[in-house]
Amino acid sequence: MTDILNEMATRREQKLKRSLSKRYRQEVVFKAFGVASIVSALLFLVILLWTIFAQGHTAFQTTQVRLSVDLDPVTLGLPDNPTEQDIFRASFGTVLRDAIMAKIPEASSRRERRAVIEFISTGATYDLRDKVIANPELIGQTIEYWALAGDDLNQFNKGNIDRNVDESNRQFKDNQIAWFDKLDANGDIKTTFNTNFFTNGDSRDAEMAGIAGSIVGSFYVLVVTLLLSFPIGVAAAVYLEEFAPKNRVTEIIEININNLAAVPSIVFGLLGLAIFLNVAHLPRSAPVVGGLVLTLMSLPTIIISSRAAIKAVPPSIREAATGMGASKMQVVLQHVLPLAMPGMMTGTIIAMAQALGETAPLLMIGMVAFIVDIPSGPMDAATVLPVQIYTWAENPELGFRENTSGAIIVLLGFLAFMNATAVYLRKRLERRW
Amino acid sequence: MQTPTLLTVLVILVLAGYWIGRQRSIQLAQPAGGIRFLRSLPNYYGLMAVVWAGVPAVLVLLLWGAFDSVLVRGMVMAGLPEQFQQLTAERQGLIFNQIGNIARGADPSADPALLAAAEHYKNLLQISVVARSIVLLSIVFAGIGIAYFYIKPEVRAREHFEAVLRTSLLTCSLIAIFTTLGIVMSVLWESIKFFRIIPPTEFLFGLQWSPQIALRADQQGASGAFGAIPLFAGTLLIAAIALIVAVPIGLMSAIYLAEYAKPKVRNTVKPLLEVLAGIPTVVYGFFAALTAAPFIRDVAHWIGNTFGWEVFANASAQSALAAGAVMGIMIIPFISSLADDVITAVPRSLRDGSLAIGATRSETIRKVIFPAALPGIVGSIILAASRAIGETMIVVMAAGLSAKLTANPLDSVTTVTVQIATLLVGDQEFDSPKTMAAFALGLTLFVVTLGLNFIALKVVNKYREQYD
Amino acid sequence: MDTTFKHTSVETSTGPVASEPTTLGTDLEQEVGETVGDAFVDDPRMKARNVDVFYADKQAIHNVSLDIGRNEVLSMIGPSGCGKSTFLRSINRMNDTIDICKVTGSITLDGEDIYDRSMDVVSLRARVGMVFQKPNPFPKSIYDNIAYGPRIHGLVERRAELDEVVETSLRKAGLWEEVKDRLDQPATGLSGGQQQRLCIARTIAISPEVILMDEPCSALDPIATARIEELIAELSENYTIAIVTHSMQQAARVSDRTAYFHLGKLIEVGATDKIFTSPDHKLTEDYITGRFG
Repeated sequence: MTDILNEMATRREQKLKRSLSKRYRQEVVFKAFGVASIVSALLFLVILLWTIFAQGHTAFQTTQVRLSVDLDPVTLGLPDNPTEQDIFRASFGTVLRDAIMAKIPEASSRRERRAVIEFISTGATYDLRDKVIANPELIGQTIEYWALAGDDLNQFNKGNIDRNVDESNRQFKDNQIAWFDKLDANGDIKTTFNTNFFTNGDSRDAEMAGIAGSIVGSFYVLVVTLLLSFPIGVAAAVYLEEFAPKNRVTEIIEININNLAAVPSIVFGLLGLAIFLNVAHLPRSAPVVGGLVLTLMSLPTIIISSRAAIKAVPPSIREAATGMGASKMQVVLQHVLPLAMPGMMTGTIIAMAQALGETAPLLMIGMVAFIVDIPSGPMDAATVLPVQIYTWAENPELGFRENTSGAIIVLLGFLAFMNATAVYLRKRLERRW
Repeated sequence: MQTPTLLTVLVILVLAGYWIGRQRSIQLAQPAGGIRFLRSLPNYYGLMAVVWAGVPAVLVLLLWGAFDSVLVRGMVMAGLPEQFQQLTAERQGLIFNQIGNIARGADPSADPALLAAAEHYKNLLQISVVARSIVLLSIVFAGIGIAYFYIKPEVRAREHFEAVLRTSLLTCSLIAIFTTLGIVMSVLWESIKFFRIIPPTEFLFGLQWSPQIALRADQQGASGAFGAIPLFAGTLLIAAIALIVAVPIGLMSAIYLAEYAKPKVRNTVKPLLEVLAGIPTVVYGFFAALTAAPFIRDVAHWIGNTFGWEVFANASAQSALAAGAVMGIMIIPFISSLADDVITAVPRSLRDGSLAIGATRSETIRKVIFPAALPGIVGSIILAASRAIGETMIVVMAAGLSAKLTANPLDSVTTVTVQIATLLVGDQEFDSPKTMAAFALGLTLFVVTLGLNFIALKVVNKYREQYD
Repeated sequence: MDTTFKHTSVETSTGPVASEPTTLGTDLEQEVGETVGDAFVDDPRMKARNVDVFYADKQAIHNVSLDIGRNEVLSMIGPSGCGKSTFLRSINRMNDTIDICKVTGSITLDGEDIYDRSMDVVSLRARVGMVFQKPNPFPKSIYDNIAYGPRIHGLVERRAELDEVVETSLRKAGLWEEVKDRLDQPATGLSGGQQQRLCIARTIAISPEVILMDEPCSALDPIATARIEELIAELSENYTIAIVTHSMQQAARVSDRTAYFHLGKLIEVGATDKIFTSPDHKLTEDYITGRFG
């Protein structure tokens, strides 16, 4: 019997051999594409994190300049027996200026003098003032004082300004470098931990700007979000999973939840602006409004993950409880919910991490304002960490660029912590049925 | 009573209500022979009292909070002399803020009419607070009282309580619908106002976008170009670049992880890819604006100067390429995890069938698995596209503001989301076409992403049915 | 167990080696020793010698040695989990697709060791095709399903040739008359029995020397099953077929020789008539008389 198949079988070996090496080459190439894709994706991740860490780690350090400050009451403009109010108004700027000029007497022209004065941050004035208010007996003495350096000197000291760059392209000029070297040689320059970065609110001066205000703002926003979205999300999930009849309304609710999960975040911002601010007249820039907007955004995530957690509770538990005569509600409250709780909490933490990183909708409701004070409650005007990152990123100054990366590191740290907690919870508490 | 005190008192009263309800049921059960003659456990009678006392109180408290300030404001403004009534809504808002400041003692120097209004305002606030306390307390007492007399051994307190609880669960799940309605209403309302000034055809098909011209009050509505085509084009350009970056990388990663990788590799790489998805968009924006964009510009300039290519030499600092490429990186895990789901959903039997004939793995993937998973993959790409179109922070920080019609990825373009953000951030004028235009753009964005999402879910569900 | 086979002898393992089995269970180790019956034939197409298969640390196949004769139908029976499917899958190295699976011993096809480094798995599978338990047509047209093998292996050059291959394969699988008018329609639209015949046609389209069938009828109704069984009988004229089946009747109907597996061991092999009428081993007897299974 000779049909085409038999015929084919006879020449198959030879044909196969001919194509085989090409086919294996394709196989290798295909696989290599796969590996290359993964490697490039991971490489992007590494580059992204590396640039941010490289630019940002210096934000946690700051520079101080040693001065010997003559707290002469006359120069300070203080009367005899000054009150606290008097000290508060005293011209500490002048004594600091004199002190830094004393270190670099060779700066003579107006321009040079200004360049030297910029070595010291205006923040040093307030710091010195607070110090003297705390110890009024210092007045009249000459004290050694480590003054916070101005932005340019700070950046130069931390190596963010390259001295080999052509002077015309460099903020920190040649003569400033010479003076800096002189100060440095005398041991008058010190690099210390940047406490301002963690204790201050925003500032116009990069060396004074801190993330405390935005962290507190983020905290209030998250608290509001959590308090609203967790109970509502769990309640909705319980209803949809356990009680909802299979009807049109339920279907519409489910479609709505899925769609809301895909609505761009900025549209939620529009909702917040139009409804919470323009209709309900809630205060602009307030964490409570941010929390409301983020609640609406987080709900789909929480509802979806809570439903999954409820679904994972095996029917046998329900049947056992129902068999004992428990009502549906008792079954749910006493058996299903406690068992589903770890899963729900995991989902909620992940949703909170998303909310913490959210920026766009908060811009819409005015949380982008420049706020120096640390908010003291959820109704105060505030900004949040990601928005702070955004506003700083818009600022071209070198110091702010560094601060931005520093703030990103802090934000990523929080997010890593939250996600790690979620993973830990899932591993630790979630039961496998 | 101020809010915190009032709340504390209310909570204490409601708890007392629980105790009263519970005790009352036990007491009523005594003559019958103990609590087993009650229809429900005593706790449920207590909870029933809580419901009767607490629920109306909470509702009234919320309503009071919602309408209190509006009512007070209305009454204060109505009490002002004639000349204030004619001011624009915006000016009136400022006046009201001023009155508020005076009332708080922050701004003592003002004209007598405002001083009087501030006094009026203070009084109204005080009356409101007192009235609120009285109303709420009576509601709680009434609730407890009704519960007290309503409780009888034959009352099914548990059913009663559970019905209330069920209703509140339903209410919570209805919030999804209310949110959607809220979005639709908020964007639609302003959009309709916008389309009364600018015809929809001009908005949807116009080639000129320069909303800034309308800044000056005397030109309101008369001028300013609101043709959104350049924005749509810019959005599509950036989204397309993002997809060109993300789709091959995401897809190939998913294929490799699902088909080739050993479990150990898979379990390490998958979470690492997810990290890309967990990084906030503002971080990507920062990276795009300060690292990727200058890098791409420098490379383009170098190419342009070396080879004398005009297009490269003129590369913009804020290129669509930078924003798009970084957005692509952000979307990689999105595509790879969705694609992974659909690829692993292809039944093993198809793989076996192909391998058993002597196909290599890559042949099996390309010729059997990929075609089988195609609908699902298309669905994921549509979802990713919707994501790219709606993404805001990366483009706000890295794409430009110039509304240009160009397909050159090295040029700067603007997008729908950038315009919404820039039009609405900072000081806004109410009712200027500029503000309303942002809502019209928001409406467009909402409709488009919803449509894409809808299509994608349809495609994916159809695909799932095929193998379930 | 260190049973050794004299590869040339056919009668190596006749006669009961193990003591009479009394109970089933943990002490099986003692009762099943060497394979009983005629594990080897004169003109083998494939030879398996001392094959062990492991899934990670778990051993699924213990020291199986078995021949598959040229153009014969060999059926493998045994209770579920006895390793018959695992053994079948190791004959065309489908076990390679499972990472944790490891095969030792030797399996040869026409004298070539299929686990040898020089043996290419792609060409091996082109020579040893496999049909699965559940019909698994690709989500493509009927035509493309059949043409898949010839296309990837580059076996045909012209479209007309491919058409002929498709037609011949479908004819041999007895499906041509039913589908010749709708070759461009999706194969998933066929009935279960038709799908399984399509899968057989897909396998014979590359004209393999051996066809392995893993419970090919378990998902089919009796009529479709009868159709497949007829097909197996027809195919046995040209092909060597090894079939794993759950149904003893099917084994009795279609096969020339039958091998009985029990807990990963090959208990008894012999002519089908012999196995079903007078098995030598107590376990085989217990199984075919329905004492367990």
